[in-house]
Amino acid sequence: MKKKKMSGGANALSKPLGRWGWFFLGPVFAAFCIGFVWPFLQGIYLSFCEFKLISNAKFTGFDNYIAAFTDATFLRSFWYTAIFAIVSLVLINVLAFLVAYVLTQGIKGSNLFRTVFFMPNLIGGIVLGYIWSMIFDGVLSRYDTSILQESGWGFWGLIILLCWQQVGYMMIIYIAGLQAVPEDMLEAARIDGARGDQTLFRVIIPNVMPSITICTFLSLTNGFKLFDQNLALTAGLPFIIQPDGSAIKTTEMMALNIYQTFYSQGSTSPGIAQAKAVIFFLLVAGLGLAQLSITRKKEVQQ
Amino acid sequence: MSKNENLSTPGTSKAVKTILTLVMSFISVVYVMPVLAVLINSFKLNTFVKTETFALPNAESFAGFANFIKGMTFGNYPFFKSVLYSVVITLLSTFLILLFTSMAAWYIDRRNSLICRIVYYLCVFSMVVPFQMVMYPLSKTADKLSLNTPWTIPIVYLGFGAGLAIFMFVGFVKSIPLEIEEAAGIDGCGPVRTFFSVVMPMMSPTMISVGILEIMWVWNDYLLPYLVLDINEYRTIPIHIQYLKGSYGTVDLGATMALILLSIIPVIVFYLACQKHIIKGVAAGAVKG
Repeated sequence: MKKKKMSGGANALSKPLGRWGWFFLGPVFAAFCIGFVWPFLQGIYLSFCEFKLISNAKFTGFDNYIAAFTDATFLRSFWYTAIFAIVSLVLINVLAFLVAYVLTQGIKGSNLFRTVFFMPNLIGGIVLGYIWSMIFDGVLSRYDTSILQESGWGFWGLIILLCWQQVGYMMIIYIAGLQAVPEDMLEAARIDGARGDQTLFRVIIPNVMPSITICTFLSLTNGFKLFDQNLALTAGLPFIIQPDGSAIKTTEMMALNIYQTFYSQGSTSPGIAQAKAVIFFLLVAGLGLAQLSITRKKEVQQ
Repeated sequence: MSKNENLSTPGTSKAVKTILTLVMSFISVVYVMPVLAVLINSFKLNTFVKTETFALPNAESFAGFANFIKGMTFGNYPFFKSVLYSVVITLLSTFLILLFTSMAAWYIDRRNSLICRIVYYLCVFSMVVPFQMVMYPLSKTADKLSLNTPWTIPIVYLGFGAGLAIFMFVGFVKSIPLEIEEAAGIDGCGPVRTFFSVVMPMMSPTMISVGILEIMWVWNDYLLPYLVLDINEYRTIPIHIQYLKGSYGTVDLGATMALILLSIIPVIVFYLACQKHIIKGVAAGAVKG
């Protein structure tokens, strides 16, 4: 994970390459500007504007941000997403580590199990949501309810779905980490008479910290950015009608809330949605970086 | 670092291993249940999907291949068209990304000018930016530049997906010794030939990893094509399936399951065929990210 320096500017290739920049870098540079740089900058600008069409955007300062922070649905979706992300982070990582640990014990059929556990990862979020809504409704219809009627089921349903999808992915990373634990350390622990749990907590876990860093980072940011599965499984339902007549969607996560603010019928200002998107970006990037720096400190040097 | 396949402590005896195998077998069976549920329900009549979700189709509920035939024209859009567009978009995008980002990554590392470093760090930065941040301006820009067809949307994918690919390729290019390219230069190869006949072949392991990550991403992506493409003309498989759910009340669950089955069969075949590469690619992508 350490950053190597780029092969310095003074190599024999650097000079003759100079004239070929347009050829090698040009296509990616152009597409990157269209697909990322320009929309990103425009997004920041638009978050300070009131507009219906981009061409007649009017600068309004922080109005959109104030509107975003006083929007009850947005705040609710923030807490909902935060709780969801933490619960899914813990569950996914504990389960994935357990499975990876068992599958590196040299038991029969390890490769087959690995194949099975990883498989859901290749199915897209929309299709996953559809499959699981059929399954949950198949179970819940016996109790005369549905995943669209009870927000508790919506929450745990999405957790189950996400675990099913991502445990296999994290398992692969943990297996790679576990296989890189130096044999001599395990040998030393064995000779010193360490119990199984001592070996696990004092030798193995410190050595797989890099994998834990990556997996917790991925599951935290994935949890926060979750969209497709949320849309396909419950789309935020069921509603609660507030005393003032406005509706709050009880299982709506942040990404879906932003999407609805942009595109749902009766959406008044994309500016507010764009301000929410900027807040969302700062939150995800900030959390990701904070999480990385915290777990990085716990990694041992080899 | 020594690699060891087996972390077993003396405590893991044969009996424990057998029990673990049994437990894992059981969990594996539970794990494939959702896919099996799709399979059995795709042969059921609509009304039975909700009431007998987990039962095998019987004489009363069996629909045969009617669901599959019905599903083909479901949602007022031919299913095979969305399959076709999904394939076109995925293959074209992956091809563009592999070709252009490998070129750019080599140039970025070997040239290492100020612009190169700016582009590189922008790419790394782009990996932490959620799609919601750029989706609105991006869909408008794509519309204006008529990148809203299956043949042009790969350019959007190249732009938005460049981050991870560049990052992985640069990481690999650093590990290629300069001497080989210098020798090619002395033998009279210009930069273009040096790249295509010397460097690119060496990059193939990373190409496979990046290619697999991009295929998985583009094939399953829903929001980007949904916002960028002209939906009445062009739908990908995820869009098609989401549209079925959108049409409330009239959803034929049996036919929907048939379509879902058809859409995950190629994924599972692809997975079983290139399983080793996929797992390696995922591990590589994650460690780099």
